[in-house]
Amino acid sequence: MGTVRVHGIGASAGIAIARAQVWKKQDQKISQEVRSPEEELARFKTASELALSGLATLYEETRLRLGQKEADIFQAHMMLLQDPELIGQIEVLLAAGNINAEAAVQQATGELATLFSSLEDEYMRERAADIRDVGQRLLSCLQEAVWGNLQGTAREEKGTSLDAVIVVAHDLSPSDTAQLDTGLIKGFATQIGGGTSHSAVMARALGIPAVVGLGQALEQVEDGDLIVLDGTAGLLCLRPDEEELSSYEQKRADWLREKKRQARWAELPTVTQDGHRVELGANIGHPDECRAVQQVGGEGIGLFRSEFLFMNRASMPDEEEQFQAYRQVAQDMNGKPVVIRTLDIGGDKELPYMNLQSELNPFLGYRAIRLCLDREELFLTQLRAILRASHYGSVKLMYPMIATLEEWRAANRLLAEAKETLARAGIPFDPAIEVGLMIEVPAAALASELFARDADFLSIGTNDLIQYTLACDRMNEQVSGLYQPFHPAILRLIRQVIDAAHRYGRRVSMCGEMASDPLAIPLLLGMGLDGFSMSASSVLAARELINHLSFEEMKELAEAALKLEGQEQVKALLLERTRVQINA
Amino acid sequence: MREKQVVVHLPQGLHARPATLFVKTATAFSSEIGLVKGDKSANAKSIIGVMSLAVANGETVKLTADGSDEEEALDKLAAFLEQGAE
Repeated sequence: MGTVRVHGIGASAGIAIARAQVWKKQDQKISQEVRSPEEELARFKTASELALSGLATLYEETRLRLGQKEADIFQAHMMLLQDPELIGQIEVLLAAGNINAEAAVQQATGELATLFSSLEDEYMRERAADIRDVGQRLLSCLQEAVWGNLQGTAREEKGTSLDAVIVVAHDLSPSDTAQLDTGLIKGFATQIGGGTSHSAVMARALGIPAVVGLGQALEQVEDGDLIVLDGTAGLLCLRPDEEELSSYEQKRADWLREKKRQARWAELPTVTQDGHRVELGANIGHPDECRAVQQVGGEGIGLFRSEFLFMNRASMPDEEEQFQAYRQVAQDMNGKPVVIRTLDIGGDKELPYMNLQSELNPFLGYRAIRLCLDREELFLTQLRAILRASHYGSVKLMYPMIATLEEWRAANRLLAEAKETLARAGIPFDPAIEVGLMIEVPAAALASELFARDADFLSIGTNDLIQYTLACDRMNEQVSGLYQPFHPAILRLIRQVIDAAHRYGRRVSMCGEMASDPLAIPLLLGMGLDGFSMSASSVLAARELINHLSFEEMKELAEAALKLEGQEQVKALLLERTRVQINA
Repeated sequence: MREKQVVVHLPQGLHARPATLFVKTATAFSSEIGLVKGDKSANAKSIIGVMSLAVANGETVKLTADGSDEEEALDKLAAFLEQGAE
């Protein structure tokens, strides 16, 4: 058994070395014994009751620990468990004889799950997973496993010691993670899933490495195998040889040392050597990430993407559900500012309930604020939910992809309408909620003065601004070289936006990837940017860098950089100057 | 045994929450209730059966009911499909 390397998507940075705990729903010790049809039917009924009461307990515990929304899944499972169609199929199979309850459950749930997973609709495909989940639960109850105390049983069943482990799984659903003792987990490795899957979000919240999307190759991993998980490189190394192990141990020690060294910056303000203070916030895509932001001393949420609420589901989230999510973030951040961006979605995302047509140019099409202004009910619902959350913290509102003043005004008219509705109903909200916009369309950047007049703040979204300005799709490898954050046009646009905002006394921040680039930070600081927002994992390094810089010197650096003719020259200057700065 | 043709008026069609509510409503009756779409039919008290029909907004379906409260069941479920949940 040699070393195996598997590549996936690095979803949470860092390195973990530990034994694998393969998170397989138990299917290895299924009884083959067949009793009389009557006895098998009775066994099925008992298991079904046991499963039902286990689910009721799990529902209640989850509701208390994590909230109603997370618990709803178990209620859905209870409904499936009592479904006459499912029970009918199992009873028919058992009555025919020559089959035990285990096999009947497997066959019936397997067939139904296959039927569902073949359906077009994404929502139906997800229900296939629920049916399998219910089938596994029935099987496990037939094995007389006790589902009451899940944390304990999960560990005992696998015979693993209490040492910390790397959890290896096909995918982790909320109902799985609810059963994990997170204190004993050093990392997550999953076959499927992307950067916003449940395990990825959870790993980032816990500050442990995660690699997702590792595929079929992960099936070679067995319980107790030694694993190296490199969440920074997106790599899993199975049964490493001694040489590799020691090299990774070194890397891990470096990572931990660096993490520890940086940790002291969590407590400090973000202020330059000469006393210029800026706001260093974090971008999040899920309420659960607030914990990671607090851990690195994020000074606020510079961008809360509301899309997660709308993805992977069959229907629109209603006002109450949205309100709960926004309020959670407002409360978790304890009075620190939270900028919630309204829905930024378009034809590139598949949302069955929205009936969006696929477009030839989704990034130039019907999306974000354009879609919201067209679907007023959807937008008003979100605005009301955000307004209601503003009562529970320091919430700000931000519109994406504004290109014209008319759009900005139309959005604000709807905001006024949402405020009026709430006021009439006597529902509390912050009437002075700050409202700003993303500057990510070149037209808005060039005309930023028009927006700065009446917006409370501006936020530069560099990812789109660069793509639109250079007319380059960064995902297209043949032209990705044109994606140039340091192109003179980009620097001038940024400068223009900052100057326009400051002329009207508005704050301007940046929430694109550029804001966390150590090469760009000195330049942006020198141009007068007031706020930087980035993923929580970049915050400490950025704060350390800024605290080593001099604002006055960076102003000069920015002046010099703006005179250069191309990205390469700008980068060369920045490399040269920042090296001098840090070594000084 | 009674039956009734209904044109579904539910913006998201008959799945997710509407399907759950539909099944809960059907379960409250003692009659045997069926939902028929084209050549496929399902037990209206089964969430699996109802969802697998994947009834979309604007489609025509047939409700069947057989039992002591069949009339009331048909009226209530037809109204649900025609007018939406709440």
